[in-house]
Amino acid sequence: MFRATWKSLLARKVRLLLSGLAVVLGVMFVSGAFVLTDTLGRSFDAVFADGFSDIDVTVTAKPKVAVSEHEGEQVATPVPASLVEQVKQKVPAAADAKGVVNADGARLIGSNGKVVTSFGPPQLGENWLGESDLVQLREGTRAPRADDEIVVNAALAEAAKVKVGDRVGVLTLEPKKEFTLVGIFGYSGGRDSMGGVNEVAFTTPVAQRLMLGKPDTFSSITVTAADGVSPEKLRDDVARELGGSYEVKTGKQAAADQAASLKEGLSFFNKVLLGFAAVALLVGTFLILNTFSIIVAQRTRELALMRAIGASGRQIIGSVVLEAVVIGLIASVLGLAAGIGVGALLAYLFGKLAGGLTLAGLGVPPAAVIGAFAVGLVITVVAALLPALRASRIPPIAAMQDVATPDRPLTRVTVSGAIVTAIGAVLLFLGLDGHAGDNTLATILGGVLFAFIGVALLTPLISRPVVSLLGALFAWSVPGKLGRLNSGRNPRRTAITAAALMVGIALVTGVTVILDSAKGSISALAEDTIKAELVIAGAQSGPRPPSFDPTVLEKAAAIPGVQLVDGEYGDMATVNGTRTWVAASSNVAALERIFGGKATAGDISRLGPDQMLFSSDAAKSRKVSVGDRVTVQLSRGEARTYTVSGIYQSSQLTNPVVLPPQAARDFAIPQPIQGFVQLAPGARVADVQPQVETLLADSPEVSVADRDAFIKQQTSQLDTPLRMIQILLALAIVIAVLGIINTLALSVLERTRELGLLRAIGLRRAQTMRMITVEAVVISIFGALLGVVVGTGLGAAVVQALKDEGITDLVLPWGQMGVFLGLAAIIGVVAAVLPAVRAARINVLGAIAHD
Amino acid sequence: MTATVGPQVQAAARASDVWKVYGSGEAQVVALGGVTAEFERGRFTAIMGPSGSGKSTLMHCLAGLDSVTRGTVSIGDTMVTGLGDAGLTRLRRDKVGFIFQQFNLLPTLTAQENILLPMSIAGRKPDPAWYDTVIDTVGLRDRLRHRPAQLSGGQQQRVACARALVARPDVIFADEPTGNLDSRSGAEVLNFLRNSVREHGQTIVMVTHDPTAAAYADRVIFLADGQIVSELVEPTADTVLDTMKKLDAPAEVAH
Repeated sequence: MFRATWKSLLARKVRLLLSGLAVVLGVMFVSGAFVLTDTLGRSFDAVFADGFSDIDVTVTAKPKVAVSEHEGEQVATPVPASLVEQVKQKVPAAADAKGVVNADGARLIGSNGKVVTSFGPPQLGENWLGESDLVQLREGTRAPRADDEIVVNAALAEAAKVKVGDRVGVLTLEPKKEFTLVGIFGYSGGRDSMGGVNEVAFTTPVAQRLMLGKPDTFSSITVTAADGVSPEKLRDDVARELGGSYEVKTGKQAAADQAASLKEGLSFFNKVLLGFAAVALLVGTFLILNTFSIIVAQRTRELALMRAIGASGRQIIGSVVLEAVVIGLIASVLGLAAGIGVGALLAYLFGKLAGGLTLAGLGVPPAAVIGAFAVGLVITVVAALLPALRASRIPPIAAMQDVATPDRPLTRVTVSGAIVTAIGAVLLFLGLDGHAGDNTLATILGGVLFAFIGVALLTPLISRPVVSLLGALFAWSVPGKLGRLNSGRNPRRTAITAAALMVGIALVTGVTVILDSAKGSISALAEDTIKAELVIAGAQSGPRPPSFDPTVLEKAAAIPGVQLVDGEYGDMATVNGTRTWVAASSNVAALERIFGGKATAGDISRLGPDQMLFSSDAAKSRKVSVGDRVTVQLSRGEARTYTVSGIYQSSQLTNPVVLPPQAARDFAIPQPIQGFVQLAPGARVADVQPQVETLLADSPEVSVADRDAFIKQQTSQLDTPLRMIQILLALAIVIAVLGIINTLALSVLERTRELGLLRAIGLRRAQTMRMITVEAVVISIFGALLGVVVGTGLGAAVVQALKDEGITDLVLPWGQMGVFLGLAAIIGVVAAVLPAVRAARINVLGAIAHD
Repeated sequence: MTATVGPQVQAAARASDVWKVYGSGEAQVVALGGVTAEFERGRFTAIMGPSGSGKSTLMHCLAGLDSVTRGTVSIGDTMVTGLGDAGLTRLRRDKVGFIFQQFNLLPTLTAQENILLPMSIAGRKPDPAWYDTVIDTVGLRDRLRHRPAQLSGGQQQRVACARALVARPDVIFADEPTGNLDSRSGAEVLNFLRNSVREHGQTIVMVTHDPTAAAYADRVIFLADGQIVSELVEPTADTVLDTMKKLDAPAEVAH
């Protein structure tokens, strides 16, 4: 039996290779994700370990507000400078202690007048601590001595295209300041940066003022151990001396902690990649199922013969499953190899993008290997089980007869399809309607999966009328008509091939529907509510939003024709013990006059320095009413108590909490991130806009645009994730194309004699190719149509569920849908090329004389 | 020997010194060794011979399905030898009809669609009167909307005959058309072929190894070892059988 299996595998290697390719691609994704995150993770470990290598112990204060990696850089609470002397004098184990200023938000203006942006790594502003084993000034440069001198790391100097002696502008907590660049430094081993971080080093007092906002404070204190003292001993001594209000860590601990917070972000990335791998594998499962079904159907006689000469049904199953195991194993090995390559490539690209992250050696974590084999084997074997079962039911008598396999009725598959679809719908409803609690995401994903499988099972039934209708488009020519008939010939085969394409297209369509609806809803709302003709804002590229000089606001208000100017500040704060986003407005009147805010309680038109406003939703969820006293801890400074003076109607665009402008001083970014300019009646945008533009000369991160351009720019931020998702899902579509090629190739093989007959009675080669192409195009358009319909359904369901979140308009991307259908036609044509060429090359005589 | 035929201009198909050689050297097999034959218009010719005599090869070469090693083949005034794929396709479409032993019809099409397929491929409309005649002759009028799977073997073969006839090709080549049928269905098909020759002047060349089938023809050509060895005009089943026996005899003697 094993021998027979092996022989039959070898005989069909090309066919199996194609279906195996689907598994290879899925496995590649899985192992690639693990290799990538492992390599990057170890690279970050190395960077931090290196960065803390000459530090024995570091002392920091607990942050006022904890901020996760996704939300931006956390603001460290400054420690008083007196601590340095305290440690030096009171801790005998300490040989030396240094105060370190080191905070995110030092943005250098490059020689082109634009701010050097970062896609993730922080832009550190620090005090120059001198050279060390790690930090070295490049030749011909020197340390900053005067208050208007800075040094930068080599990577930043290169990115900004600045050189020693240049006057360069730097944005910090304060608006633009000019400095002379006196030095450029790098790191041991000739490195230009540590993990892509941009660094600007000032003299200590300047760094304290610009980066911490407070003189005589530091971000942290590093302590060097006296000879023979271990870092752990020193840590314990320092901690005992300083008491519980500080965090004292050894350099190793600090490095590990910082790396861990970054890796949290990486693990999220890993999950996203694995999600796409799951989609690819789902599509691959369809493909393998189909291939094995066709192969079993074609081998009916051979399998029946085996039964006739004494093989048991179990042995037949074993033989088919064994084939699947072999394919799964080969595909896993190839997929793993490809995954390692892809992981390495992505890590390299990531390193480049992050500004020259030095990559640790490529690693293949056990998870990658285990994942590759588990996924590859399980998927292949599971997909082959059903065809194996069918093979075992072939009666021995089939060997003797030329059994035309009767069309099995579709009742059973349709009923089970309806049940599975219903389960999917129920799961989706539960998940989207918020009945699933903590398992919401799992419930929704399960619902989508069930819906896909259910629809796939229903597809044979749907395929008859739809395929015949679609085919009618091509039935004007004889080859077209024949192709149409062929595509309707085996509903199960057509259905599962189309279903594979459906999955990818449905997901892309669904995501597009959701994001387009979100965009549409936000723009509609913004157009309705924002009554400002001009908006000052910038495009955000990294975790930090762009900001501008607050004095621009007053100057803009003085421009003739300007009626009202408002600057919006934002921060992550702790309000009555819970983390929440808070805003401050330079001109509270704008809430009513620009944003159409309506008071539901109290007064929202003015705000005293000790007063605050709540949105109606936030007030409700926190059980706050006018007159209550609320404690707010901002990123900087001490906690403060405010009195609630008003509550305004919530809308999608309102902030939950509004603080008086004075509070913005203690925000992580104490500068406005958006400005709104309302013009007086009769004033012209074209007159005012250039004047505001002039005011922004020293705030290169932002620009002024009219309201519509601003709305477009804000909503276009959704385009990037949309593109990313579309590109990743394209892989699922590629696998589906492989499926179409495979199905057609097998069909051509099956119909060799028929094709020979057609050629014998005068069908030209080109006509033969056209016939196959029509079949492919009909199948792929059918799949795309299913995908568009199912995707729109899924998207609409999600949009419906998000109604309360403010996605009120269902926007159907008709254009995109048309593109998908057109794309499907192209896919069909491309997929048909090889099978069609093969069909056209059939030797007429050989085909007829078959048998 | 060379088959003697009627007036030269009347030939619907002609083979001149046709050789077909497979392989080379030691493994060389001569399937046809210099066959020259003409098939007159409006006649029913049968090609007979034992297995391996080259009768099917001759037909394949005549029909342009197979290439010849040497010599020429022509159909009507078209020189088949040397035609490319496009030319051969056009020849098959416009001048030649086929009836095979089995697997003659497309399972996806109805009987009627199968019958009209060659004309549809060529983009021609059938002559309605002729179409009706053909349908009535094959007796399939009540089966036209059926698919092949719903027809008996004899009915399927009659559909195949109708398909070959309806386009009025210069020659119909039939390869063991009754090989898969019971004797009654076989007789029906053969009668029908003979009638189309007698009444409508169709030219038919049929390969068979069945003397009874050959007896329906106007003329029988006998092939052995790739060469024409005998010929009968106005054959009966008995004369055909006798000739076959004579052909087999020398082979037995040689043993």
